[in-house]
Amino acid sequence: MDIVVLTIESTIRLSVPLLLAALAGLFSERSGIFDIGLEGKMLGAAFAGGAAAAVFSSALMGLLAALVVSVALSLVHGYASITQRGNQIVSGVAINFIAMGTTVILGQAWFAQGGRTPALTGDARFTTIDLPFAEALADVPVLGTIYSDILSGHFWLTYFAFAMVPFAWWVLYRTRFGLRLRAVGENPGAVDTAGISVTWLRYRAVICCGILCGFAGAYLSMALTAGFVKNMTAGKGYIALAALIFAKWRPVPIMYACLLFGFLDAMGIRMQGQPLPIIGPVPVQFIQALPYILTVILLAGFIGKAEPPKAGGVPYVKER
Amino acid sequence: MATPYAKLPGWVEYVLIPLINLIVAFAVAGLVVLLVGQSPIRAATLLVDGAFGYGEGIGYTLYYATTFIFTGLAVAVAFHCKLFNIGGEGQAYIGGIGVALACLTFDTILPWYLTFIVATIGAALFGAAWAFIPAYLRAKRGSHIVITTIMFNFIASSVMIYLLVEVMKPAGTMSPQTRTFGEGGQLPQLDWLMAIFGLDIGGAPFNVSFLLALAAAVFVWVLIWRTKLGYEIRTMGFSEKAARYAGIKDSRIIIIAMLISGALAGMMALNPIMGEQGRMQLDFVAGAGFVGIAVALMGRSHPAGIIPAAILFGMLYQGGAEISFEMPEISRDMIVIIQGLVILFAGALENTFRPAISRFFGARAAKTPPVSVGSAG
Repeated sequence: MDIVVLTIESTIRLSVPLLLAALAGLFSERSGIFDIGLEGKMLGAAFAGGAAAAVFSSALMGLLAALVVSVALSLVHGYASITQRGNQIVSGVAINFIAMGTTVILGQAWFAQGGRTPALTGDARFTTIDLPFAEALADVPVLGTIYSDILSGHFWLTYFAFAMVPFAWWVLYRTRFGLRLRAVGENPGAVDTAGISVTWLRYRAVICCGILCGFAGAYLSMALTAGFVKNMTAGKGYIALAALIFAKWRPVPIMYACLLFGFLDAMGIRMQGQPLPIIGPVPVQFIQALPYILTVILLAGFIGKAEPPKAGGVPYVKER
Repeated sequence: MATPYAKLPGWVEYVLIPLINLIVAFAVAGLVVLLVGQSPIRAATLLVDGAFGYGEGIGYTLYYATTFIFTGLAVAVAFHCKLFNIGGEGQAYIGGIGVALACLTFDTILPWYLTFIVATIGAALFGAAWAFIPAYLRAKRGSHIVITTIMFNFIASSVMIYLLVEVMKPAGTMSPQTRTFGEGGQLPQLDWLMAIFGLDIGGAPFNVSFLLALAAAVFVWVLIWRTKLGYEIRTMGFSEKAARYAGIKDSRIIIIAMLISGALAGMMALNPIMGEQGRMQLDFVAGAGFVGIAVALMGRSHPAGIIPAAILFGMLYQGGAEISFEMPEISRDMIVIIQGLVILFAGALENTFRPAISRFFGARAAKTPPVSVGSAG
């Protein structure tokens, strides 16, 4: 029982950054801007958050810095892919490298701790929240355990991330902005004909993406761990991208995909060397590679068909 | 795809614009150096000195360049077919298996030049095999090649960790690497080549695979611009529809282009495994697959551009090591930033300065006609 509770808990903990980053990618890609720079934005935000939180001893300042850096990086991506009509994949790759190098160089120059930022304590780090009556209800069988051990006691960013799922759904499917954003990812020409600026719409989508990546990065360096560590995203941005594709660019399935990939991550950590029931011993590396393998299989069209937004990756050139 | 920009003279297109993009990238990198509180000029001096100032430095520069020629060519071949092969990293990693298997089998039986041939074939086969699945999925099932190759990089990394930790590591040792190869599994230095120029490369692992890299560059040039297959690849890259109309089998060309790309990426493994370490270690690729993207972009996917671009990145790697020695604040991660900036300015923002440049040359062209008519008459 304990193991189940612990596994579910770490699944939730590990899926939060994936969820935020995947939702970030959702906004960008639904507007027709492919974004493989999720990793870099997250990393830059994690560093800015860790650094600012340590300097100002304030988690709020850290979060602000994370958002600013992440949005700035997404604007670079936007400038390259919307205004300059450059290759979006190339731009994303570039941002990943710039973030990877800059965070280490600046971290070393400013804090001289081998690329780390100082360990965050007290107010500088996000705190966990106990849901009301969690204490009192802990003894109720099953439901009490679920409520007080699994649902209660997370960081507010965790609740925020899961709240963003219905919110993103509402924005994309129930607002005028969302309708236009989806339209511009499918047929920008039609949106342009309707007299709506494709450029401005896509910039807004990219900014939404930056904001959510900022939260993801802040969660990594200020909640999950107490401080930034060199290359701490370690491929999470790509897993988020995989989750986004796995969910076929839809908000609620994204949550399930992120929980699945978070669960695989938690399992990978938990079962180092332990044999699985029924299947027998499975190499840890296989579990770690599973999200990528599943995504490839999905992309190949063997589990349903993943249809990307039609205008994705294509710069929009106004007809003259 | 129609380019909304005027046609420019060749030297502007292929020399001036890449050069300007490169200068801007380095200027921004200089800003980062300033931000760290160091002198960019001193850093630049150390960089050039460390890379070209003495024989051993040049040896290392060319050693790194060898690696980047392979990965740059790999990315370029795929580019010509309008495929973005981001999986050079994984293909090179898996290519290492081919090299290691050849060396582990033949290193005590055959002389190095025979092992080298077997290892080259092995590297190319394994690299191509790793590119085959994404290529097949792209050609037959329409999967996005960028995403599948990214995923295959991660899968390759897991596969290699598993193989090196569980399978290829000699019993009783701790570190995840194969045994050190014997005489027949190690490539000789190219010290004689450098001695012609009066240089002593000392301990630099500049080796025979450099010649193979040059041969590969010639091969790619012939393939792309002088064969029917290359013509078909370029047609596909230009317009998939036109290619299909012309009766070119698109899925066949996609798969072949990716196989060649993967094979070239895989051959990169020869340089560090046979040429330097004499064994296969964890993470021997160390980002070279991604450097290949920067190299191909800077070299405009042409071997004549890729070789200098690869040498430039070799200079960054070798000189960067030198800088971090003298200026500890600027670690080798600086190279990663420069690499990112080059990809950004030479790739994604390649058209930023084009309007200004074409206006400049356009204005001149508009003024020249009366003169040229007179003189041509």
